[in-house]
Amino acid sequence: MRLNCPLCGPRDRREFYYVGSEDYLNRPAPDARADAWDDMLYLRTNPAGETKDLWYHETGCGSWLLVTRSTTTHEILSTERIADRKGAK
Amino acid sequence: MRLPDKGLIDRSKPVTFRFDGKAYSGFAGDTLASALLANGVKLMGRSFKYHRPRGVLTAGSEEPNALVEVLDEGQQTPNTRATTQEIFDGLAAKSQNRWPSLRWDAMAINDLAAPFLGAGFYYKTFMWPRAFWEGLYEPIIRRAAGLGKLLPKNDEATYEKAFAFCDLLVIGSGPTGLMAALTAARSGASVILAEEDHLMGGRLLADDQKINAAPAMDWVVATLAELQSLSNVRLMTRTTVIGAYDQGTFGALERVGLHVPHRPDLPRECFWRIAAGQAILASGALERPIAFQNNDRPGILLASAAQTYLNRYGVAAGTRVTLFANNDNARRVARQLLAAGVKVAAILDSRPDASALEDCPVYLNAAITGTKGRLGLTSITGHHADGDFQIETDCLLMSGGWNPLLHLTCHQNGRPIWRDDIAAFVPKPGMIPGLTAAGAATGQFSTAACLAAGRDAAQTALGKTAEMALPQAEDTPYTLTALWNVPGKGRAWLDFANDVTVKDVQLSVQEGFSSVEHMKRYTTQGMAPDQGKNSSVGALAVLADATGRGIPETGTTTFRPPYVPVSIAALGAGARGHGFAPQRFLTSDQASRDRGAPMIEAGLWYRPSYFPKPGEKTWREACDREVNMVRAAVGIADVSTLGKIDIQGTDAARFLDLVYTGTFSTLPVGRVRYGLMLREDGFVMDDGTTARLGENHYLMTTTTAAAGQVMRHLDFVHQAYCPAYDLRFISVTESWAQFAVAGPKARALLNSILDAPLADFSFMSCGVAAVKGVTARLFRISFSGEEGYEIAVPTSYGESLFRDLLARAETLGGGPYGMEALNVLRIEKGLITHAEIHGRVTAFDIGAQKMIGKKDCIGKASSQRPGLFGPEREQLVGLRPVSDKQIGAGAHLFNPGDAVIRANDQGYVTSVCYSPTLRGYLGLAFLKDGRARHGQRIRLVDHMRENDVICEICDPVFHDAEGAKLRA
Repeated sequence: MRLNCPLCGPRDRREFYYVGSEDYLNRPAPDARADAWDDMLYLRTNPAGETKDLWYHETGCGSWLLVTRSTTTHEILSTERIADRKGAK
Repeated sequence: MRLPDKGLIDRSKPVTFRFDGKAYSGFAGDTLASALLANGVKLMGRSFKYHRPRGVLTAGSEEPNALVEVLDEGQQTPNTRATTQEIFDGLAAKSQNRWPSLRWDAMAINDLAAPFLGAGFYYKTFMWPRAFWEGLYEPIIRRAAGLGKLLPKNDEATYEKAFAFCDLLVIGSGPTGLMAALTAARSGASVILAEEDHLMGGRLLADDQKINAAPAMDWVVATLAELQSLSNVRLMTRTTVIGAYDQGTFGALERVGLHVPHRPDLPRECFWRIAAGQAILASGALERPIAFQNNDRPGILLASAAQTYLNRYGVAAGTRVTLFANNDNARRVARQLLAAGVKVAAILDSRPDASALEDCPVYLNAAITGTKGRLGLTSITGHHADGDFQIETDCLLMSGGWNPLLHLTCHQNGRPIWRDDIAAFVPKPGMIPGLTAAGAATGQFSTAACLAAGRDAAQTALGKTAEMALPQAEDTPYTLTALWNVPGKGRAWLDFANDVTVKDVQLSVQEGFSSVEHMKRYTTQGMAPDQGKNSSVGALAVLADATGRGIPETGTTTFRPPYVPVSIAALGAGARGHGFAPQRFLTSDQASRDRGAPMIEAGLWYRPSYFPKPGEKTWREACDREVNMVRAAVGIADVSTLGKIDIQGTDAARFLDLVYTGTFSTLPVGRVRYGLMLREDGFVMDDGTTARLGENHYLMTTTTAAAGQVMRHLDFVHQAYCPAYDLRFISVTESWAQFAVAGPKARALLNSILDAPLADFSFMSCGVAAVKGVTARLFRISFSGEEGYEIAVPTSYGESLFRDLLARAETLGGGPYGMEALNVLRIEKGLITHAEIHGRVTAFDIGAQKMIGKKDCIGKASSQRPGLFGPEREQLVGLRPVSDKQIGAGAHLFNPGDAVIRANDQGYVTSVCYSPTLRGYLGLAFLKDGRARHGQRIRLVDHMRENDVICEICDPVFHDAEGAKLRA
């Protein structure tokens, strides 16, 4: 498996650390209701098809990437640095 | 039998080798199989289950019969295919799965018992009585099962792994592959051409064809010369591409040192990971056998294999050859044999309407129904259009048509498509992104079609449209009439390697295992080293017939990597012993080893366990002395393994407030604060101290264990939640060597070494100092409870500072202390490590709930969820046995009087030590409602160490609870 790091180019999977769903990006406000935190921390969909998850280019540039990929075909549809997302503060 | 003047072997280089102890000779370029055939040896192996005598069936890596053990320096490689093992001077191979000899094999008795040993025999027979399984059946079966044997010792030989990258990977070097590689190479793309064989040329090496009206080999040689001259081309022979993985990654196994006499500098095999922009599968096709009674005798082989032995090795597979075929292709083999002077007794063509015109007798509508010859074929019987026949023959060539080698296209769960006109499966396009099958691998069998397919595939893959002329070549159409098995009595072999017959497949259907995957598992068809390459299509055709379903409806089993057997040693190349993980060494490593310190692994680091003194017999003696030394004088420990993260920027303070439970924006410059870091789910991630070196400059320390995790976490929090912050951080763990100097004489020691003596430097101060002009960082922090300092210098000065500190410490009655003493010191002080913050404890559990401030921080919201605090939580406590009994970590806690059952579990012990300071065992533990139970008693039960001890519950800080020594 290879991922295209926007900074480093296409790199082998071994350079990356996988953490899980993009849900971690949506941190609720500190005073949000418990179910908002529950959604972020624990509630996961298990799609057959497109999924977005977070990968860390640990032995590369240290970028966290949002990877859009297919769980059925293994196709990598896009990779994006989370720091470059629209609306990132 | 060797024929004069034929083949691609080097007759000027004779080679001597041994098979089953007997010396033979061949020529450079021979395989073990071709050389044995040239010496008249037809019997090369015994079958897996019935121990039937077997000869070679094929001339390639798919060989199911001629599997041998190759003996090498300290090695015995089983199941080596004689058809791919090149001979060299001194090669020693022996036959396997036989006893006492290949000709007389005691286990051949299985063949007589065959009526009882059909498919499913084991499943039915060894079911009862149940108790017999482990003691009786399994040992017997294990002894009888298996093919070749490994030596019962470690494989100490060298293996290698390597990575390669290219625009285009071409798999296979027949006409398709060569043409594809040439087209791509001329366009300037970087090309890897991988070929399993030791020669490039594929089927052209085995045939006698013309390209551009000259021998095809002329074109092969010229093409290879051009490819070799180009710097953008890498030619890899002896390299089998074994799997197609995601995003253009391919695995390949190169046989590096298996074809030459033992050379210690040469790896045996190299496992390649090839990242290819595009790939072309030009793997060709395999001829398939026909099932008929006793079709497995030595001397019965595939027509294409005999053609290879003839044209490539100059070897006639027999003296009086017959052919049994269902297609025109086999006719060419017969003609080439005749032209080489080999007698062809008859061509038996199963088709009623084929041509009967050849320079040898041709019988149409023919079927073979039996064969004779125990250790080698002597005659065949059957019937044809004119009646029954019996023919004396020592070599029968089978040709049941061709199966495209499409395995790699199915490695990502793709399924091939059935084509009726060629009675074979072909790859479905697009099953592996970036991989295109071309040529015979797609069912195009003429050389002209393959050349065109190779060119077109390369042009399509690379998007180039440059003109590329095609060489002139043979373009005969390939026609056949499917024939899978000749109906009749007796056993007709489908899977030679695993001894699966037509009857076995039919039995499988009778017993209800009629899906192709069930049939495979019931009969074991396709589960041998050849993975069904010779048998799968035939077996599922028989299955389709038995079930009344068509072949396309029956479908194939799943193709999985690897395409050929791969040694585990090659996959794990380099990872044995110290190669298993990187090793990180401290700057003080040698100095510690010089003092005889046993080193202990801490993650990837190696840290000194203790520093033994003469006369000390146990680690405990050294450890106790070191603890006393720190408490009474001064000790030195290398603490460089702790993670160090340098954090800078005008938003650094804000950022630390977000990742730590505590507030760091209020920390004055020149001060250090203890920080607790939570995961977002509210559990403790790590702890450590962070120093404010400047207004916008912090230095964070992490535990050794969690350094990587914390760095990852900081990067995430920064990039996910505050990418616009003015903030930069980097790990400087390996940039600084840092030493703890602890004990009542620590200040005296430091003052003797620092360029300027310490002025006012209270507990939790940090600052800059100098040692012989070298700028050092100084922190007053303590992990021992004593007056403690940590001094950091650039790594290059680490070893000399460490040696200097030790020498000076020793003049003060101090010295180095290791991990054991460090652990005792921190337990005495109730300081936690990852033995305590193991991922399931909250700030509340460790008594640090007050460290969660009013501001927001990562993990704060979750830490306040119900269930993560309160009396039902297991809380950090200290334990002291009421007797002088030893206790151990991992023990569980029970209320005295309660039954020792899980439901009564009150908690568990995380850390234990013998405290020379308090003269007794101490434990840290998590106990339900523990903080409210100080002074009470609890029963500690450790089934592993057979401990059962009553302990008193106390505060986890055993020593100097007021911190007077710390702040001295």
